[in-house]
Amino acid sequence: MADEGKHEKSEGEEQSLDRRQFFVRVGLGSLAVAGLGTAVFAYQYLAPNVLYEPSPIVNAGKPGGYPPDSVTLDPATGIFVVREAEGFFALSAVCTHLGCLTAWKPELGIIACPCHGSKFNRDGTKITGPAPRPLPWLRMWLSDEGDLMVDRSNLIAAREFVRI
Amino acid sequence: MAKTLTTYLDELRDSRVWRSIFRSGPGQSNLHHALVVQSNVFLHLFSVKARKRVLDFGVTWYLGALTFGSFLVLVITGVLLMLYYHPSVPLAYTDMKDLQFVVSSGVFLRNLHRWSAHAMVLLVFAHMFKVFYRGAYRPPREFNWVIGVVLLLITLFLSYTGYLLPWDQLAYWAVTVGSNIASAVPVFGHHIRFLMLGGNLVNANALLRFYVLHCMILPLTAIFFIAIHFWRIRKDGGLYAGTPSTVAEKEGER
Repeated sequence: MADEGKHEKSEGEEQSLDRRQFFVRVGLGSLAVAGLGTAVFAYQYLAPNVLYEPSPIVNAGKPGGYPPDSVTLDPATGIFVVREAEGFFALSAVCTHLGCLTAWKPELGIIACPCHGSKFNRDGTKITGPAPRPLPWLRMWLSDEGDLMVDRSNLIAAREFVRI
Repeated sequence: MAKTLTTYLDELRDSRVWRSIFRSGPGQSNLHHALVVQSNVFLHLFSVKARKRVLDFGVTWYLGALTFGSFLVLVITGVLLMLYYHPSVPLAYTDMKDLQFVVSSGVFLRNLHRWSAHAMVLLVFAHMFKVFYRGAYRPPREFNWVIGVVLLLITLFLSYTGYLLPWDQLAYWAVTVGSNIASAVPVFGHHIRFLMLGGNLVNANALLRFYVLHCMILPLTAIFFIAIHFWRIRKDGGLYAGTPSTVAEKEGER
């Protein structure tokens, strides 16, 4: 009997739903909406809104503290302060490969990463991989108190020196 | 002596308390043995019968059972280590050092946890190679192979999340590197890293998240899949004995 009923419907009015199909669709639809909502709420819950992380802006101290023609690593903030004849610049010390802290090798005159062997020149340009990109230059300026300031979140084009 | 012991055991199995717990009671028949397995919540995952040959060491090298054994050691030693470890930035490293040098048997439990973890990864791989080269992954056992792959991934994630907890240089940089590998995923990479670490840096949130994953979420997921993995051995026709021709060959040798 049930079969007969279905046949009549499918021949006669194909577009219309019977009561059962309608409620099944409403049920599945609301489950889908609820599932999507749960996924959104889960993502929002898992992504913190407030982070207690150190500020990207760093005070690197007085320019006089850096000897002429030197590369100085601050491991706590992950930046190199380089002083050359043209002026000062700040280089990110975080390797562009997988985020290890690179180190200045004065005996070789290069910057090297201890994790996977990437090598860079003191201006950040890449000598050997696996790092895909050079070490970025970071925005640097002189504060009103005469301190060198570095914004680690602000990447700039290479060869923009701070002249003092 | 042996006889008295058996009689004592039989009397114990026939007692009201024993029968209220285990139901099956005393007896030595095959039916009785089958009932013992069937009416036990843990044992009923397994078949009531197995071919004797399949239980020989040479067939499986007991690699699956050994993997499960190392997992049990890890759960027990891990729970004990949790009693002295605080997953917070100022305490994690010193707690680990206390376990090494101050807590009685702490260094033993920590090393047992460490070596069992290494052994479990090794045994999982060995188990998978053995299953693969014997052809035991083939239908009808193909889905149990898939569950095995899931269990391999859970094992590796457990190793990775546990790696951060000592909060030393090795831990810190390993997770820095690992989370940057995760951020190489197309499109969602940086979101995955952000959710994984609970921030942009390997910091207090990352330590807490890895701790919860390592001690709660991943072990519970592992237990869930292990139960299915064991149950499916029975449902897929018992431990793999070999193709019909190799089985006949071996039976002939006997």
